[in-house]
Amino acid sequence: MRYEAPDSIKAAATMLAKEKGAAFVLAGGTDLLVKMKGGFLEPDLVVDIKRIKGMYDIKKSAVGFRIGAAVPGVALGENAALVKAWPGVVEAANLIGSKQVQGRCTMVGNMCNASPAADSVPALIAAGAKVAIVGPKGKRTIPVDQVAVSPGRTSLKKGEIIEAILLPARPAKSGDAYLRFIPRTEMDIAVVSAGVNLELDAKGVIKDARVSLGAVAATVLLVPAAAKAIIGSKLDAAALEKLAAACSAACKPIDDKRGTIEFRTKVAGVLARRAVMIAYSRAGGK
Amino acid sequence: MPLDTHFTNQVFKSVGTRPLRPDGIDKVTGRARYGADYNAPGQLIALVLRSPHAHARIKKIDTSKAEKLAGVKAIITSADLPDLTGDDRGMKDTLENCMARDKVLYDGHAVAAVAAIDATTARKALKLIKVDYEVLPHVTDLDEALKPDAPVIHSHIFTSGVTPKPTKPSNNNRRSEYGHGNVEEGFKQADVIVERTFKTEQTHQGYIEPHACVANVSPDGQGELWVCTQGHFVYRNQCAMLLGMDVSKLRVTASEIGGGFGGKTHIWTEPLALALSRKANRPVKLTMTREEVFRASGPTSSTSIDVRIGAKKDGAITAAHAVLRYQGGAFPATWADFGAQTSFACYDLKNVKSEAIEVIVNRPKVAAYRAPSAPMAAFAVESVVDELARKIGMDVVDFRIKNAAKQGTQSSYGPVYGPIGIGPTLEAAKNHPHMKAPLGKNQGRGMACGFWFNFGGQTCVDMNVTPDGSVTVAVGTIDVGGSRASIGLMAAEELGVPFDQVRVVIADTSSLGHNDMTDGSRGTFSTGMATIAAARNAIKVLCERAAKMWDIPEDAVVWENGTAKPAGANAGSFPPLTMREIAEGAGNTGGPIAGHNEMVADGAGVSFATHICDIEVDPETGASKVKRYTVIQDAGKAIHPSYVEGQYQGGAAQGIGWALNEEYIYGKDGRLQNAGFLDYRIPVCSDLPFIDTVILEIPNPNHPYGVRGVGETSIVPPLAAVANAVSNATGVRMTHVPMSPPRILKAISAHKG
Repeated sequence: MRYEAPDSIKAAATMLAKEKGAAFVLAGGTDLLVKMKGGFLEPDLVVDIKRIKGMYDIKKSAVGFRIGAAVPGVALGENAALVKAWPGVVEAANLIGSKQVQGRCTMVGNMCNASPAADSVPALIAAGAKVAIVGPKGKRTIPVDQVAVSPGRTSLKKGEIIEAILLPARPAKSGDAYLRFIPRTEMDIAVVSAGVNLELDAKGVIKDARVSLGAVAATVLLVPAAAKAIIGSKLDAAALEKLAAACSAACKPIDDKRGTIEFRTKVAGVLARRAVMIAYSRAGGK
Repeated sequence: MPLDTHFTNQVFKSVGTRPLRPDGIDKVTGRARYGADYNAPGQLIALVLRSPHAHARIKKIDTSKAEKLAGVKAIITSADLPDLTGDDRGMKDTLENCMARDKVLYDGHAVAAVAAIDATTARKALKLIKVDYEVLPHVTDLDEALKPDAPVIHSHIFTSGVTPKPTKPSNNNRRSEYGHGNVEEGFKQADVIVERTFKTEQTHQGYIEPHACVANVSPDGQGELWVCTQGHFVYRNQCAMLLGMDVSKLRVTASEIGGGFGGKTHIWTEPLALALSRKANRPVKLTMTREEVFRASGPTSSTSIDVRIGAKKDGAITAAHAVLRYQGGAFPATWADFGAQTSFACYDLKNVKSEAIEVIVNRPKVAAYRAPSAPMAAFAVESVVDELARKIGMDVVDFRIKNAAKQGTQSSYGPVYGPIGIGPTLEAAKNHPHMKAPLGKNQGRGMACGFWFNFGGQTCVDMNVTPDGSVTVAVGTIDVGGSRASIGLMAAEELGVPFDQVRVVIADTSSLGHNDMTDGSRGTFSTGMATIAAARNAIKVLCERAAKMWDIPEDAVVWENGTAKPAGANAGSFPPLTMREIAEGAGNTGGPIAGHNEMVADGAGVSFATHICDIEVDPETGASKVKRYTVIQDAGKAIHPSYVEGQYQGGAAQGIGWALNEEYIYGKDGRLQNAGFLDYRIPVCSDLPFIDTVILEIPNPNHPYGVRGVGETSIVPPLAAVANAVSNATGVRMTHVPMSPPRILKAISAHKG
């Protein structure tokens, strides 16, 4: 196995593109190293991107936030501006692993691991986040919900690296939230999860919303019907019931060691309802 | 040995105090040496090839390619472990469990092992070994295994304990029965009868330290083994038998132990490491991965249990009947017997019957797990007791007090009880503030009782007085839960010296007589008893030496407060001699001073506990959280109360994990799906409340200080206490453990209709 730590993203992409064997990007390594240690992956090349300039930066501008690919969970939580603008995204990312893992794990890694249960992904999709990709043929930008295509697989082409996550600027009266269900209190994987992002008008009526569900299908779902159920409402009981029903209806889960179809379908609606209420309150709704 | 057992109003100086633990600094600083911390010069690294199939015939194993790989020094299969077990069927099963012979019997069953210069080479070699399997139909569920059309795992097993003897082999290995009176007559007298069937899933002890050893066998036939174990003498005896060595030629040194809970009372990889070392003529280190520990060590049984109990309106139980089915994994066992014996042990019953059925399935060979088999039986029985009390309209504590066993009660498993603690723990529960504390929304309270036999067994102790008068105690029972501290306290008490003047070590197998392993909560009880006897022998020698120094008769010297004194005015007038003064003069009075004892420690006092649990259940998700938990248990005499409390809390924590989330999940393919701590969910710290403890002391008349074992009983009540709490919080009787959120939510939904 070869280990490379180039200092430019272009060099990194070239190395990955040229490698004939199994090549992987290393940032936090909280998925990659565990898989290597467990004997599930035997890379021929590992490209460490942590020495590349900008990979650790969180930059705020008029168009929003640009978060470098190697920014660990703990740094997200320590960035006051980011926490204020996107509390749901940050709380989702900060649920990954344990305290120790938080010092290393990244949202880009979480996304590229392409698990339907990835904690940060539903929150990012609800937020309408995009990713900046660098590859042998240049740069492109795609929405987060186009990154994972099935469990463990992404749409990235050979040699392509996600170099940053782009979160939009926040309008007034907006808020987001993320909730997941795990059987214990920490250090676990979501059995089902919900990310919500919404914007209110001056009267506190929801004018725009995005609702996303994790661990209920092969990839994280964006559920427009759930958003529709609450747009135009001030979260009255009927709207909340409609939202929960729309979420449950959108689920295409499996029975596995972590939960049943029945459980995931029911709890998806419950979590979405609870997350919407948190996001609504964060947006200033009463 | 004449042991003074007049413990009434005994005044103790050291016993009952809480000195700092002697192993504490080493453990928190990383100095302590656990199994994988041992290394030998020139050692090889061994890895085990394991079956991916639940049940298959081994047609052929081709190791030729792996043998040619540079760096591979030895490869073994069952051919390298010829069967030397003779008529000992149990050891034959152990041999077959360590390395599959004709068939693999569970996912993870060992088929070959490699020793190579490093782990990378060993891993490559494993991939080069080709095993030709003929896959056979399998069964992993115990109720399925009992069905007439289930695949039969062993053709030599015909159900024992039934007449006439069956003509066909089956997975029903054994049936046995306990009890007295006439249950059918008893049920006729009952006003109310509750009958239910319960199911518990398989759990693992979850010890943090995986099995690890270093084996070194030299060409002259002598061998050494450094290993993490609960019983190095037993490991020695069994490994020597399987390898055809004289027992005396294998010296086993036990490491510190990072948890065992019964799971390190059996050998698995140790004979493989020894066989590899013998073949390679090099030391061999073999460490299990966490995945291997889950797939191929010894979890506890899954069960299905039917319970029927009847009572009169005044609360008197008239009859109790249980049928308990336990799976022992892929080999015959007697785990259901323990379940049947313990099931009704808390109660004074006129008519009681418990039937045990042992089942064989394609899962790993079950090992002991802290009060093995009792928690599941208590879950079933205490759930029915709870429901019955409520149906009669009686307080659940009062109902139990009315029916509790007491001194003179004939137990449901046979013996008549001496002084016991079930009544006092129930009275303490009734009067505990926890029982009266208000409950919040979606919260429920449950309580339950538990019993465990405890055990004594073969024990051997050496006590040596060093030249400066301090004392070393060499014992042969592994310290799994603080026995070095408690043994040191008992030695200090008996000798009349301060605790820090005594150092207790675990001797290797060549330095002491055979000791049974640390199981059955026997460490502090039996080794304590032998230590007290050894100390009395040492005192006798100390008095003899003082007599010589003073030139007076031996019987004119007494031992008081750690010093020798003249017995009275007639003996002469001498200032007391300290241990140090006598020890310093030992070279002139007869040589080193020592006390020794070997015994079978009979009379382990039975132990009872009552637990109280408050739980909150989220009715929309089935998530639960234990809010408050209290353990009340009889310790006989708490030698080091902090350790006793630790044992109470540890058992409760493991029981809560078992009750709520822990379970082995097998796929339809017979493979274990959650062989890791991510998806086998033991509770983490934030999952549990502080666990409150109450120590009761009802002395065991068979121990000089009144000690009863305390290690196991604490895991018996939690499954039932938590289940009763969840049932009360949700209004639905929970009958399937673990009560994971999907199971709770499903039960609530089904109840709502």
